Amino acid sequence: MQDRPTARELLAAVRDFLEADVVAELEGVKRFHARVAANVLAIVEREIASEEQTLLSEWERLVRLLGVPGTAPARLDELRASVRGLTEALVGRIREGEADREPFGRTVREHVRETVREKLRVANPRYLGG
Amino acid sequence: MTDLAAALAAYLGRQLGTGASVSALRRLPGGASRETWLFALATADGRTERLVLRRDPPGHVIETSRRHEFLLLREAAAAGVPVPRVRWCEEDPAVLGAPFFVMDYVEGETLARRLLRDAEYAPARAALPEQLAAALVRVHAIDLDALALGFLARPSAETSPAGTELARYESLFRALAPEPHPAFELALRWLAARLPAAKCRTLVHGDYRVGNVIFGPEGLRAVIDWEMVHVGDPMEDLGWLCVRAWRFGADAMAAGGLSDRARFFAAYERAGGGVVDPAAVRWWEVFGNLKWGIICIMQMQTFLAGVKSVELASLGRRTAETELELLDLTEGP
Repeated sequence: MQDRPTARELLAAVRDFLEADVVAELEGVKRFHARVAANVLAIVEREIASEEQTLLSEWERLVRLLGVPGTAPARLDELRASVRGLTEALVGRIREGEADREPFGRTVREHVRETVREKLRVANPRYLGG
Repeated sequence: MTDLAAALAAYLGRQLGTGASVSALRRLPGGASRETWLFALATADGRTERLVLRRDPPGHVIETSRRHEFLLLREAAAAGVPVPRVRWCEEDPAVLGAPFFVMDYVEGETLARRLLRDAEYAPARAALPEQLAAALVRVHAIDLDALALGFLARPSAETSPAGTELARYESLFRALAPEPHPAFELALRWLAARLPAAKCRTLVHGDYRVGNVIFGPEGLRAVIDWEMVHVGDPMEDLGWLCVRAWRFGADAMAAGGLSDRARFFAAYERAGGGVVDPAAVRWWEVFGNLKWGIICIMQMQTFLAGVKSVELASLGRRTAETELELLDLTEGP
């Protein structure tokens, strides 16, 4: 267990420094890149906060959709690998044409849409606003 | 003088046969896949002018040729497309570290957000749909048989341009994407089942959008970024212009954040372009979102391959934006 500040708090400190101090001091390409860098830190802050819960939801949807039994891996890296493997299986079935037929296609699209929304809630929540 | 400025001055001096010096060299923002530098050239006879250097950054995944872009700009100028005048082209990487060409500087703005939001550019916003349509008609009228354009690959007569482009980007996606993308797989199947037949084959700019034009308060000044040109279906450029990413939030205005589709299509037809097939343009818009998503992955791969750039890195996380748009556009029959 590390001491405070937490990883998220440290990232926020660096992001505040970039936004408040560095961007104002720069111009042109460097100013633009400093803004991009601050935005990247904001992405990581959101990802750290939500990754485990989001992966678990995605895993649960995938096993339901693909009809495979099992219990969710307890460790985060195993959960990540499992979601990836299940998603590759889903891709295989889409490429075989299974999602062209209903009702499987509709449930696939619902799952994919939810997964994309989860990615955007981390990468660019404002994109979901409109 | 920096090393780059000194090498550029020596090169231009050799081309002009006179002493030359380069000053005020600075890199312009944007252009993640290509470097653009502005500089001032002074020659021994006392003349000065502002010029632009376009140079390949080393180690990029997107491989294009600066000579081809140079030749295209020359043909585009001959066809009446507003473009910067090109001056010199050098492919030997020994000269400046990578192939490059030099063209005239066109004064103006390129930031799309400024165009779409600043009060200063209200007249440009009003004029641009018609100006962009007219310039695009001229792009599509560029003579494909011009000797200088012999390098352009032609889609074979048996395959539609849509099928050719779809196959090209699918293979890039399969080769480069490190993760599975079910949203792209769904889009690939949707697109493959609906390939439009091209009514004609023309030069296609390939990256025609707000962001790749220079504009002033009054409107269009030059069409730039000719690195994705190919031969294909002219409807492709109209669809690409409607891709959501180039609207910068002005989503009610599908055509580049500037106008609705109908106004832009009508302007294209009035300017002498062929009849616009909205269903074909729609296909190309869907394809365009997929292509932009794959380009985001390509840019991110350039970063993973060792090119240090926070901008390239961040583009990997923009892929999801195109996935949502693809799901929205392909919902329904």
